[in-house]
Amino acid sequence: MNSRSFVSIEDIGRPQIEALLDRAAFFEAHPDSRLLEGKLVATLFFEPSTRTRLSFETAVNRLGGRIIGFSDAATSSTSKGETLKDTIKMVANYADLIVMRHHLEGAARYATEVTDIPVVNAGDGANQHPSQTLLDLYSIRKTQGRLDNLTVAMVGDLKYGRTVHSLVQALRFYNPRFIFISSPELRMPEQYLQLCRDNGIEYEERSDFGADAINASDILYMTRVQRERFTDAMEYERVKNLYTLRNDMLAESKPTLRVLHPLPRINEIALDVDDNPKAYYFEQARNGVYARQAIITSALNIELPHDEH
Amino acid sequence: MSTDKKHLAVAALRDGTVIDHIPAAALFKAVRILGLENTSKSLTIGNNLASGHLGTKGIIKIADTFFTDDVFNRIAVIAPTAVVNTIRNYEVVEKRRVSLPAVIEGIVKCPNPKCISNNEPMRTRFEASDSPEVTLRCHYCRRTVAGKDAEII
Repeated sequence: MNSRSFVSIEDIGRPQIEALLDRAAFFEAHPDSRLLEGKLVATLFFEPSTRTRLSFETAVNRLGGRIIGFSDAATSSTSKGETLKDTIKMVANYADLIVMRHHLEGAARYATEVTDIPVVNAGDGANQHPSQTLLDLYSIRKTQGRLDNLTVAMVGDLKYGRTVHSLVQALRFYNPRFIFISSPELRMPEQYLQLCRDNGIEYEERSDFGADAINASDILYMTRVQRERFTDAMEYERVKNLYTLRNDMLAESKPTLRVLHPLPRINEIALDVDDNPKAYYFEQARNGVYARQAIITSALNIELPHDEH
Repeated sequence: MSTDKKHLAVAALRDGTVIDHIPAAALFKAVRILGLENTSKSLTIGNNLASGHLGTKGIIKIADTFFTDDVFNRIAVIAPTAVVNTIRNYEVVEKRRVSLPAVIEGIVKCPNPKCISNNEPMRTRFEASDSPEVTLRCHYCRRTVAGKDAEII
């Protein structure tokens, strides 16, 4: 087991979150730091995810590191029946750090137990995707100037959306107020509502995506309602349009409101929102590179140059 | 004649272990955890016996067999009410409740088919809590399962 791995947002507290966010801010300010010169990062995508892989690989490349890996388990020996343990132990002979995505839940945790090199979880099934959470936090802090005492509305699929679950977990340190907006069948699971109650966090659940909720919010976190979550196709057709954000709905919102979305977007944010200065989802994706640079350099115990002065 | 004999056969344990106050539904899981399916020692299993606070209970008496604390801790997962009596020379030399360990390894199968532990040749691992009821959380996928519903490997 190794302690510098980054597997779950649950594993880290407020000081570590802030250290990582500060590190991400450094990389935004110094995009050409060559801190990974001579380092080799393995990106093992047992499950394809082009967007996440490109973000991690951009993070490594911009820091001067090198990359080995695969983008699909079909091209690895997993397809020949090799165990995850053997794949990890083999790759650990070559690389300084492993970034892995796997369709099985807990795969990254297990990987940390079979190797001494740090493992960064780039998503394990429906379980955790902590670099997404970190970039969400970075985007919130950057646009609001703080993480404390914000009103965060989460909209869409709150039941299966792991990004909103992890964000609730991470924001528990920051006295947020949550507005959970979804259809009854896609409500925030009880365990996260319990987490809010245990931490004295005020929250409201509602099914209407009304102007009063938008106007009260600092962050509007939109998620995709996926067709495959519904057994009844008619129900999906009804629900998907109830949780679509259109530009006119932002008319009376706070000037500092920002709209976030983990992407890909389908129809839950109308295209006319894109030109609104409150739309932040494309910048949010760019912040993912800084957040991943922070995670990788931290996992490799690389000090930032300004620490030395 | 048979009444006395039967009573004697159950009661007369010179050396061995008696595990009492097992919830009736958990009895056979307990037998499995103790590894008694293939024992050659004298073994008595009773189930659905009247019990004051459990309603019905199960009891296991096994001659000339003693277990480590580790084994009893596993019993605590499915039968937190169980009481273990150690018998030496017809005397109860020790009587104690089982206690739930904080971490349960290699005993329980994760209920999540998409958990890595169900897809790799590896030991399962759960973090256990017992308030108010025994609940196990998978160390890997974070899924929780009630102790009474846990599938024993």
